[in-house]
Amino acid sequence: MPTTLTVNGRRVRVDAAPDTPLLWVLRDALGMTGTKYGCGIAQCGACTVHLDGAPVRSCALPLSAVGNGAVTTIEVLHQDRRGKALQEAWIAHQVPQCGYCQSGFLMAATDLLARTPVPTDADMDAALTNLCRCGTQPRMKAAIREAASRLHDAAGRREP
Amino acid sequence: MSPVSRRTFLAAAGGTALVLGVVPGFRRLRVLTGEAAEIEREAGRLNAFVSIDASGKVTLVTHRAEMGQGAYSVVPQMLAEELEVDYATVEIVVAEGDSARYGSQITGGSSTVRGSLTQLLVAGATARDLLVRAAAQRWGVPPAECRAERGTVVHPASTRRAGYGELVADAARLEPAPKVPLKPRARYTVIGKSLPRRDLPAKVNGSAVFGLDFRLPGMQFAVVERSPRFVGRVKRFDATASLKVPGVTKVVKVERDVFGHRREGVAVVATNTWAAIQGRRALEVEWDDGDAPAVDTETLYARMREAVRSPGNHFRSQGAASVALERATDVLDVTYETPYQAHACMEPLNCVAHVTADSAEIWGPIQGPDWVRGHLADALGLPLEKVRVHMTFLGGGFGRKAFTDWTHEAAMVSKAVGGPVQVVWTREDDLTQGPFRPGMVYRCRGAVANGRVLAFEGTMAGQNMNAQEPGSDPRAFNRDVVEGIHEGWFDAIGHWRFGDAPLEAPIPVMWWRSVYSSTNAFAYESFVDELAAKAGVDPFTFRRRHLRDARVTALLDRLAQVSGWDGRAKGQGYGLALTHCFGSSAGHVVKVRRAGSGVAIERVWSVIDCGLAVNPDGVKAQVEGSVVMALAAACTHEMTFAGGVAAKRNFDAYRLPLLRDVPPIEVHVLESEHPPGGAGEPGLPGVAPALCNAIADLAGTRIRRLPFDLARI
Ligand code: FES
Ligand code: FES
Repeated sequence: MPTTLTVNGRRVRVDAAPDTPLLWVLRDALGMTGTKYGCGIAQCGACTVHLDGAPVRSCALPLSAVGNGAVTTIEVLHQDRRGKALQEAWIAHQVPQCGYCQSGFLMAATDLLARTPVPTDADMDAALTNLCRCGTQPRMKAAIREAASRLHDAAGRREP
Repeated sequence: MSPVSRRTFLAAAGGTALVLGVVPGFRRLRVLTGEAAEIEREAGRLNAFVSIDASGKVTLVTHRAEMGQGAYSVVPQMLAEELEVDYATVEIVVAEGDSARYGSQITGGSSTVRGSLTQLLVAGATARDLLVRAAAQRWGVPPAECRAERGTVVHPASTRRAGYGELVADAARLEPAPKVPLKPRARYTVIGKSLPRRDLPAKVNGSAVFGLDFRLPGMQFAVVERSPRFVGRVKRFDATASLKVPGVTKVVKVERDVFGHRREGVAVVATNTWAAIQGRRALEVEWDDGDAPAVDTETLYARMREAVRSPGNHFRSQGAASVALERATDVLDVTYETPYQAHACMEPLNCVAHVTADSAEIWGPIQGPDWVRGHLADALGLPLEKVRVHMTFLGGGFGRKAFTDWTHEAAMVSKAVGGPVQVVWTREDDLTQGPFRPGMVYRCRGAVANGRVLAFEGTMAGQNMNAQEPGSDPRAFNRDVVEGIHEGWFDAIGHWRFGDAPLEAPIPVMWWRSVYSSTNAFAYESFVDELAAKAGVDPFTFRRRHLRDARVTALLDRLAQVSGWDGRAKGQGYGLALTHCFGSSAGHVVKVRRAGSGVAIERVWSVIDCGLAVNPDGVKAQVEGSVVMALAAACTHEMTFAGGVAAKRNFDAYRLPLLRDVPPIEVHVLESEHPPGGAGEPGLPGVAPALCNAIADLAGTRIRRLPFDLARI
């Protein structure tokens, strides 16, 4: 049944059953494969997207619950200054290994910086409950700190 | 793949490109000229693994998978050293599965670097030499007055320069030098640098194409209901309800070959993954389990505990360990247990298959494309050249994606559908179907005298991964019983004996990152610590006393230094372990502290000697990842079985560590003149024993069974 939703600022029509998780709508109906499937039960965070700016695990969010909410995915993360800073810091610290979990981590980390511009280790521990099998966690905290401080400096320059 | 057993082959293609390849069976360097197609015909199996075209673009065919280890950077990095080009400009083409061209393509055994360094250096040097000579000839100067830098040949005396592209046609007409001298290590400018990985931009913006992201026009999606037990056949199935689910197009019985055993399933094909999953929920299947034993964890371990009481079927020994232990007054006799484990790659198994009446093509996260190709050709009755296998990025591999069962099954589904299909394993399928790392029980007996090991006896019980095919003898000696042990121990101990008491069970088992070392090390390195305690000797001193080799000593010294071992007091919660596998040695110190009713890991220090580290930061990342994976296998997850079925179905039960569970990990990569060893696996085995040795130091509690709960010590 056709449904209209807003993804990355565009109105799109999809033909999918209302119980279809947003994850599969993005991946199969819209061909946006940057959002990953890892568990299907909201445990791993690989499928994290933003709904109206807040992180959600799209594998557990039926299409019928998306409504008029604005969905934002990894494909446009660079348009967000925090997202972009994190992507750059991720590369500077060579965080990803296989890379499969990283979309989800970056979506979650972007939300963390939006809420907590200078997060402590404890803030990161609480906010990032995604899973990574390759063991890239040791590099993430340093990368988040770097992104936070770059954003802070940039903000300082804008408002002297 | 072993570079020494193969021959470097050079050819010039039609004056438009310089092509270098390795062709098995060629006895010496040869030059062929003409069009590429002609060369290919003449050479029969030309493996064009490096080519430079008239624009100067360098293309490198890599036959290894990128599964997180940085292959797409480290491979061009090795070529760039002698070719004198910027590694970042080398275009990478991922090879299809073709063992006649590339030899073994299995990305396993930590082989990406150590299997291809020499080849890539020789290829780079040979091509560079031709280009330099072509330039020298053009300018009428001696080649020795010219040099190559960043894709250009320069003649400093006359300041003339020519790009590789301009020189390619002339270079192709020259006879390649049979042996171009390679740079001494000291002059390396590219190898040994922590150059950034080239695949990471695509891995932070969602554009990297993993197997699950691969799409073909008209492609359908399928999931497969497989017997929850490991030996079931489909007795009957009813697809009526499945076919009513909107989007479901077909329901069909399929099979796959798991180590030579036929396994059946029922595939539900649909226009999208979710519809396929829903259709599968509605499916009714009746299984015929035959008379397969309904194994469960308790009975399996009871059998293994029993098995290690006897000396085992086979053994490797020196001296007379049992006699020495009989005579010894104080014998330590303990048992260690390690769990079954799933690989749990973040990207579950999947692949896209497109099978037609006379061809087959597969795209997916494949660790062994040449194996998949050969297996599919057999299974489908197609000639090898009609089967094409393509590797996408792998969202983790760890050994699981080296096999051929799931690609076989996907081909069956595509054949039945008559079009391209992506077969997706749900997380539940991925965790419960195996193959698993086998569970193990080790009995260790030993005695000390004069501060040294007098005798050491180890008996391992568990399923033999090397003997699962029909006709193979599961009771054959498993020589991997000593994998992971530092060789020095065999010289240092007068009396030792390592035996194997194989367990027969219907559970498919297979390589899991660092293979047998991942469990052997827990037993043996914990036991060495227990013997050191018995001898009343510091664990570092105890190991140094036995292992005299200069490389081990250097590693232990560095580890003691970075971890502050000498300044610590006993009982502060420091633990040590040292292992060797896949060509590299690694040592770890773990520091724990009290936390509530349990302990917390404060820090892990790791030192690896992997010989020449082509990309030290890449090695570091591999060791960090190994430490995290090892801690997870020690503390957060295990696979259990009940009634013949794998009982942990998803990440709510098979728990992986969260960010907060991962301690700071400090990795040091030793600089070394030795040839490269592996990096992806050797950092894993020593972590669990170092952790348990630390807990014994802190709390006096000796942990001999994994996994265990850190919160309750
Ligand atoms: S796939 Fe959604 S949380 Fe794992
Ligand atoms: S980078 Fe591989 S799962 Fe996280």
